[in-house]
Amino acid sequence: MARGPILAVTWMNLRSLPARWGPALVAVVGIAGVVMVLTATLAIARGFKAALNFAGADDVAVIVRGGSSGELASSLLPTEADVILDAPGILRDGSGPVASPELYVLVDLPMRVSGTAANVPFRGIGPRGRTVRDHFRIVAGRMFTPGLYEVVIGRGAAAQFRGLKLGDPVRFGTQTWRIVGLFEDGGSVTESELWADVHVLQGTYRRLGVQSVRARLASPDALPRLAAALKADPRINVTVTTERAFYSEQSKTLVTLVTVLGTAISIMMGIGAIFGALNTMYSAVAARTREIATLRAVGFGAAPVVLSVLVEAVLLGLAGGILGGFAAWVAFDGIQASTLNFQTFSQLTFAFMVTPGVLLTGVLYAVLLGFVGGLLPGLRAARLPITAGLRAT
Amino acid sequence: MEAPLVEVRGLTKEYRRGDEVVPVLAGLDLDIARGDYVALMGPSGSGKSTLLNLLGGLDQPTAGHILIDGVPVEALDSDELAAWRARSVGFIFQMYNLLPVLTAEQNVELPLLLTDLSREERRRRARAALALVGLSDRATHRPRELSGGQEQRVGIARAIVTDPLLLLCDEPTGDLDRKAGDAVLDLFDALNREAGKTIVMVTHDPRAAARARRTLHLEKGVLAREES
Repeated sequence: MARGPILAVTWMNLRSLPARWGPALVAVVGIAGVVMVLTATLAIARGFKAALNFAGADDVAVIVRGGSSGELASSLLPTEADVILDAPGILRDGSGPVASPELYVLVDLPMRVSGTAANVPFRGIGPRGRTVRDHFRIVAGRMFTPGLYEVVIGRGAAAQFRGLKLGDPVRFGTQTWRIVGLFEDGGSVTESELWADVHVLQGTYRRLGVQSVRARLASPDALPRLAAALKADPRINVTVTTERAFYSEQSKTLVTLVTVLGTAISIMMGIGAIFGALNTMYSAVAARTREIATLRAVGFGAAPVVLSVLVEAVLLGLAGGILGGFAAWVAFDGIQASTLNFQTFSQLTFAFMVTPGVLLTGVLYAVLLGFVGGLLPGLRAARLPITAGLRAT
Repeated sequence: MEAPLVEVRGLTKEYRRGDEVVPVLAGLDLDIARGDYVALMGPSGSGKSTLLNLLGGLDQPTAGHILIDGVPVEALDSDELAAWRARSVGFIFQMYNLLPVLTAEQNVELPLLLTDLSREERRRRARAALALVGLSDRATHRPRELSGGQEQRVGIARAIVTDPLLLLCDEPTGDLDRKAGDAVLDLFDALNREAGKTIVMVTHDPRAAARARRTLHLEKGVLAREES
């Protein structure tokens, strides 16, 4: 088929768009709304994944009690922690094993937005806690002093919860602590936490042991060696994973839930938007009945007419997709939020990440909505009886 | 003797309205010679517009045959009909049916988009057709910037630009004042007498019919009488 007639009819169709801007705008805004929701949802899922993935290093092992699903359910006696620190496969330097026995408790803090109490992870790290975390850095104030009631707070926690101001005292357990620093950890889940000296935290909460040991591996392939050695040791029963696998396992349910729920909502909204697009394109066809009949009378075939309607619908979809994606990017990108990760019973802070991939998905979905919304009206346009159409007003 | 350009035999057209069958044309026979200029008259509902639509391949007959220049029009499918219309028929409508977003020249060029002509050649022919109807100076105007008579002349230019076998006109002066209507009829005279175009025109206006070579009166779907 010649391109000329198709281009000509499509071009004419688009040229008449300004005269029909009302319904067209309704379709564009409707689709934009759907794309905004889809983009936001995908941005949340992406943000979760980033927060949890980034937290995980492949050369750091997390050791918890055997069978426990996370740090909260785990407990290791001091003697057990010592056995772990002596195990093969852990990197050692002049100061001994590069590893950190850690205590993990939950404290209540009011959320900044709602004022309701939320579970915030409060972690006690060993003297070498920083050396098993590559991205950790203090961005304001200073690191806590071992032996003192001092805490440093994650950037995410500072943004999400009330009463966490640098320099202020804060009461956890039986003690008053002073907030001395603010830290970042590359946007990871760790930024949702508060940190203090593990021994001070043990004393406050009357714990003897710890919940986990983080250990830097001597080499990337040392994990099996470490796991085998600990498994063979009759004194302990522990689970050994890389940090990345540990976090990814902990977030699996949440990421799946957000993705599935968000996609389901987007599909349902999309069906609504298709009706909007259908309505718009049906009214566009109705408004152009005489033009279409005239073109058909002059000798234009059905195909250019169908295609012209489809192209218009797809372009409206594209406009909606770009508008919705842009709005989502302006409104959501980089926003810090938090939610309860019910696998760890603790609050997880994350940033909405409106990435190019997320935007592209939204725009493609919008184009699909436009296409589906234009198909039936396009076919109707091609089947309009010419003789009646010529007299339409 | 030369075969007629249009041969219509036993042409029947019925519309269905629910269970009711409404007959519009009832076994009509008609010959139109090459170079003829025929006016179709008759009361509303007599079938004259239906006959025109069937001749132009815009509608399908219930029964009967239409042979135009040897082509059995009723046997063509929708796409073949569209291609045949593009080559063989020029339509002129009562309400002009120009496309509002296009200039006069672009409206005239429209049927040529269906040909293999180059862009330059299409423009040259569109301008020539506009010159023929006396509207060279209105080439870049859009329909809403033209008077009714000018719009109809653009419509005529669009109908003749492909040099079709047959010009089919549905009440071409019905929406025009007398002066503009006369100008349109003068054009038809010239197209028929000087260019040898075959014209079939549906009209209610006896003054318009008087310009044709012959006038056919339809009543209740058949030819009632003929005047020459």
